[in-house]
Amino acid sequence: MHILACVKQTPKSDNVKIDPVTGCLIRSGAESAMNPFDEYALEEAVVLKEQMGGSVSVITMGPPAAENVLRESIARGADKVYQLSDVAFAGSDTWSTSYALAKGAGKIDELEKIDVIICGKQTNDSDTGHIGPQISAWLNWPNAAFVKKVLAVSENSLTVERLTEAGTDVIELPFPCVISVVKEISNPRVRSIKGRMAAKRAEVVKWTAEDIAADKNKLGIKNCPTRVVKSFSPTRSTNAVVVEGANAREKAAKLVEMLKENKYI
Amino acid sequence: MDYAINEMEQETLNATREFAQKKLKPVRAEMDAKEEFSPEILEEFRKSGMFGVWLPEKYGGLGGGITCLAMAFEEFSRVCAGLALTPGTTALGAIPMFLAATAEQRERWCYDLASGKKLWAFALTEPEAGSDASALKTTAIKDGDYYIVNGTKHFISTGKEADFYTVAVNTNPSRGARGISLLVIEKGTPGFSFGKKEEKMGIRTNPTYELIFENVRVPKENLLGSEGRGLLYVQETLDYSRPGVAAQAVGIAQGALDETVPYLRTRKQFGQPIITFQALAHKVAELAAKTEAGRAMVYNLTHRMDEEFLPAVKAALENGTTVHDELKKLKGVRWTKYSAMAKLFCANTAMEVADECVTLCGGVAYMRDFPLEKYMRDAKITQIYEGTVHIQKNEIIAALIKEYAAKGE
Amino acid sequence: MNEWKNVWILAEVSQGKISPTAYELLTAGKSLAEDLGEKLCAVLLGKEVKKLAQDLFDHGAEVVYVCDAPELENYIDDIYAKTLNGMIQAYKPNKFLLPATNLGRSLSAKTAIFAATGLTADATEVVINKEDGQLHATRPTFGGNLMATITCARTRPEMCSLRPMSYPRAPKTEGKNGEVVEFAFDGQKYTSLAKFLKFIKSEGEGLDLSETDVIVAGGRGVGKAEGFELLGKLAARLGGAVAASRAPVDNGWIEYRRQIGLTGRTVKPKLYIACGISGQIQHMAGCSGADVLVAINKDPDAPIMKMAHYAVEGDLYEVIPAMLEALDK
Repeated sequence: MHILACVKQTPKSDNVKIDPVTGCLIRSGAESAMNPFDEYALEEAVVLKEQMGGSVSVITMGPPAAENVLRESIARGADKVYQLSDVAFAGSDTWSTSYALAKGAGKIDELEKIDVIICGKQTNDSDTGHIGPQISAWLNWPNAAFVKKVLAVSENSLTVERLTEAGTDVIELPFPCVISVVKEISNPRVRSIKGRMAAKRAEVVKWTAEDIAADKNKLGIKNCPTRVVKSFSPTRSTNAVVVEGANAREKAAKLVEMLKENKYI
Repeated sequence: MDYAINEMEQETLNATREFAQKKLKPVRAEMDAKEEFSPEILEEFRKSGMFGVWLPEKYGGLGGGITCLAMAFEEFSRVCAGLALTPGTTALGAIPMFLAATAEQRERWCYDLASGKKLWAFALTEPEAGSDASALKTTAIKDGDYYIVNGTKHFISTGKEADFYTVAVNTNPSRGARGISLLVIEKGTPGFSFGKKEEKMGIRTNPTYELIFENVRVPKENLLGSEGRGLLYVQETLDYSRPGVAAQAVGIAQGALDETVPYLRTRKQFGQPIITFQALAHKVAELAAKTEAGRAMVYNLTHRMDEEFLPAVKAALENGTTVHDELKKLKGVRWTKYSAMAKLFCANTAMEVADECVTLCGGVAYMRDFPLEKYMRDAKITQIYEGTVHIQKNEIIAALIKEYAAKGE
Repeated sequence: MNEWKNVWILAEVSQGKISPTAYELLTAGKSLAEDLGEKLCAVLLGKEVKKLAQDLFDHGAEVVYVCDAPELENYIDDIYAKTLNGMIQAYKPNKFLLPATNLGRSLSAKTAIFAATGLTADATEVVINKEDGQLHATRPTFGGNLMATITCARTRPEMCSLRPMSYPRAPKTEGKNGEVVEFAFDGQKYTSLAKFLKFIKSEGEGLDLSETDVIVAGGRGVGKAEGFELLGKLAARLGGAVAASRAPVDNGWIEYRRQIGLTGRTVKPKLYIACGISGQIQHMAGCSGADVLVAINKDPDAPIMKMAHYAVEGDLYEVIPAMLEALDK
């Protein structure tokens, strides 16, 4: 079984700085790590490999420094790692990013047939949850999002539990397929001693837009369909607002009103 | 200060630190309160490959030696001395086997040992044989291809959870201490049962049990080395394992400081952080210096040990001999005195540091919401198990007398 | 671009009923449609859902596009996304709002690729820019540390998923008229290799604390196990879950898995309502990541009353029932 996990390097700190001109995130200087949701995806990939035999590949798109999350993936049990890195990718939204990842996955699939692509539920920086379903759309593979459990795995399909607001759906997905997973799916291991040593020596395969035969008109900040036109820090009280009122009833009404006003409820 | 001198040791430190923070810290208070063994944490230890850190790669280990074992034990104990015992007592139970086992026995036991699939425990202490191991009463009488074992062991760490028990028995009671031998007894062997579970002051998540042997038939293939040499193997084991306990003690002391210093920095009284009061600050400085001195003792010793241990292991694997025999060929240092010194000093340091840290932090540290009182409870065991501090002193003075006597002074 | 007209909202159907998110989207969509001078339309997908159209008219939809087919009984990404794209290409909406529910998030993502258009995820506010008529969708990112306004200038429809509870529900006026447009399901085209096997209704075991947006937590001040039932009512009303500080867990009022703090779990909900919790550092470590923290406490000097965003001095047994009353207004 060949499983491809998609991971992203994201800022570790919640304290982010924004370029006031471009509205883009200033990534340099901020400490980075693997997107925490991707840890669950990678762990599930490694668990499936341990269960079924085969190998785990990992792909990321990002600047040269994003190589670190690929090495970390090796330390956590991945076998082969691929990095999409090209200025043409810079500033891509989820539409363009999923396109590039799908092209990268397509090339990996040519080298060694992929059975399952696993993505994290979302990233901790942009929180969209788009990438899994969108990769599946570009590849025209079946998918399921918010997968909380792999119930069964066979030679040619996965049976998964999908989390919904009302309960759980049970879905069978034939290979090749794409799942995006929530944290219940697995319990990520820490980097092993052996893995840490292997990570240093692992080869990171690096591909440009050209290497994956991606249409440059679909990539980057200039070509992707959406654009961030404004970024700002949400106003947030540092000192408690004391909710005033003559009695509990008045205070409660005032509180509900204030919460509604600020769209917290 | 880190004492890693190669990549393996450095990555052992990195990996065990991450493991302790991510896997042990979140559950330590709960597991301590429940006073239960955690199968989930056992599974985490297995997945991380921690059991094989000191075992040769041939068996799926990492080839790290005594230093890596001590480092792992220090880092785990820095966060939770109780959970640290899952791999810790397995190493203790398996070291005598690993030293005395034939090539065939190693093949039989080491793969599952390195993967953590099977846990080990060491069973020496008896109700009437604690510090005086030679007084043990458990007997193993030869009956054809078997030994018939009868007797009781108590205070056995990782009891009931472990799969293999390295048990000190007397195969020739008429010879007293010279009749003591080591047998590996597997859980589930008919007649082998578990008695009382102890309720302890500290290291509560590690189960401590009484082992009961009633006409247990143990195949003679499970005898380690030769009959009557049990105490020799036990001594050799303790030489290697006591630095591990010392490392655990250093971990506990360090962990207590890790909790204390940030608290003293943020806690304000009389309008200022209390760490700015010199009486407190100087106490912390002393505790930190003692902890560091203990660490230096441990790793200087283990590095010297590894200079013999690792080549002996390599030779034993190549020659199909026992590690014990290869160590003898090297005619190296007797470690007993130094191991005893490290354990004595570090255990006392851990107790002092934990005790003083509770006092320094005051009321909050006495409450179970704050982890310090647990460090204080856990520290105590390092002064007791694998030979009390008094026994360590006996070992030291015995060695000194011998040394000076040999010089004719 | 002029051929793309009208504001669409997806009316999610759950267990044969219209999900309340649809009414929220109708509120958001209505102001967009008014600003543009275009129609507010709802989309219904499912099996035997045509009958639900009237309810959408009653909540303000002018047109309801229905695709009613047995194949749409359960949610399969491919089938839904292909159908939805078929409708988009047939009727060419200008703006399209979907709920940022589990279904809405994955469906909107896949549909946006098929429709070759841009999508903004999980917005909390949507407006029409007066100058160019574009949709400006504002959303929190970086766990709520940054707000970003996103546009989709060149492609249509401009798609956006909207965080549940960002807008109030549209009021209901019974008996309103509207146009039903039926879209034929194409069984040849709208296919998937995935198979829906079954649905398992959740057994009310409570939400996962790390996934839930609203947490109502109780502390020592709750005083008794039964008190958590009251907290549960407020949590249920806000679509959230109940949690606790250490004391109630130690006292056996509530199970350990709901403990927040150093020795429990760390959570980052959007709203955290701490009831009868003093605000010890060990507890705050587990909840200080909340977007907004409300403290309800009898003691005005409790540390939490300074750390919270909103502090209500009062008895939780009086304040919470009053809040429930105010919420139902």
